[in-house]
Amino acid sequence: MQLLVYLPLLIPALAAIAARPLAARLEPREATWLLTAATVVLAGCSTVALALLVASAAARVPILAELRHYSQPVLRRGDPTSAVTGAVAAFVLTGAALAVAITFRYRARALAESYRRAARLHDDGAVVVVPGPAIEAYAMPGSPGRIVVSGRLLQSLDEAGRAALLAHERAHLAGRHHLFTTVAYLAAAANPVLLPLARAVDYTVERWADEHAARVTGDRRLVAATIGQVAMLATPVRRPAATTLGIVAAQSRQASARSRRISVAWAGPVPRRVAALLAPPPRTQTLLLAVAVLVLLVAGVSALQAARDLHALLELAGGTH
Amino acid sequence: MHDDGPQPALGDSLGASRRPAGALEAEVLAVLRAAGTPLSPGQVRERLAARGEGELSYSTVVTIVSRLHAKGLLARERAGRGFAYTPLDAASLAAGQMSRALDTGADHRAVLSRFVSGLSGRDARLLRGLLGDDGQEQDGG
Repeated sequence: MQLLVYLPLLIPALAAIAARPLAARLEPREATWLLTAATVVLAGCSTVALALLVASAAARVPILAELRHYSQPVLRRGDPTSAVTGAVAAFVLTGAALAVAITFRYRARALAESYRRAARLHDDGAVVVVPGPAIEAYAMPGSPGRIVVSGRLLQSLDEAGRAALLAHERAHLAGRHHLFTTVAYLAAAANPVLLPLARAVDYTVERWADEHAARVTGDRRLVAATIGQVAMLATPVRRPAATTLGIVAAQSRQASARSRRISVAWAGPVPRRVAALLAPPPRTQTLLLAVAVLVLLVAGVSALQAARDLHALLELAGGTH
Repeated sequence: MHDDGPQPALGDSLGASRRPAGALEAEVLAVLRAAGTPLSPGQVRERLAARGEGELSYSTVVTIVSRLHAKGLLARERAGRGFAYTPLDAASLAAGQMSRALDTGADHRAVLSRFVSGLSGRDARLLRGLLGDDGQEQDGG
């Protein structure tokens, strides 16, 4: 059991490293499902593993063992989990439970507030225009969900750009993307090692909505240009930086496609989304998906196996009990 | 932009001299709602006078619109050296509150899917490189 029980703790670390490359390569919808499921499965496995460590250490505490009539020699032979490991595991487990509870509370409150506010908005059409100078556009979950766009942003976009923006936000509402991110962040609260997976889900739901907008408008470049335009508008211009920007932009135009690909891979979400839209539409990557699912299965099975081992050991130590 | 019927009812009977602050605020809101375009405090003052509300000093009008803005009932934008004010309707009020929530809480941000966030300097450079590739960007600004 010893090695098996640590495997579900090790795989999340590997998944955290793989999350961003996977988010970049997989078709966004599939990536969202896979990464969300992975976060949940791996958080579940690591929680089970921690609980097992606690249980097997607790079984060796003399008072508890006597209570259940466990045989100490059998336990000691079968399982070397020390009291210290057990105590640490119990501590981490408590922290995880607390973190999940707190995250759940905040998220539920934010969602409830969004629903409440969405219900108060006008019923005619789903788009709400906020006056004022802000450059802002977002999808507000609710029944029905709303799209909020600032008047200044609407004015800055032409007809095609507006269509792209609205198609993107509609995809968020129709696909209930906030549920994916909420579930992923809840799971990541149980095991913070999984945070990069939850962040990757943030990114893949944006990509999902971008691809939807590209299909609806039939123009990938339009969606890319709109994202770029809005991002530039939303970024406060710092005067001295702006002049250097012009120079560097001219240089970067000459930069080779290869070096740009590398720097985009390490950039923030906006350049990555734009680059993905300027590339051909993503296709289903069967092999990559299969490998990812296989790794998840290994994690799940090893957690289950460890649980069964412990159960068997306790049965043995308990004699006929 | 049409004048909607019911608004003047508040002011006419009250007279210009001694009115509670709430009544003045309601009148200013009524003027702004009837206008249909953003108004500067000076324009608000003119229109109040034109409606037979009596003369208010410029600074009184500025105080009232600033107070309404602070309460989140008016949106304002720069116009020359001062501000021009627009009233917010119920829908915009709720959306405006949501926008403010968006600025404060990480969880609100997570629940609302924003179209884009701001860019770092490096991201902005990359973006220009990406979109500037084949000719000039399509966006006119």
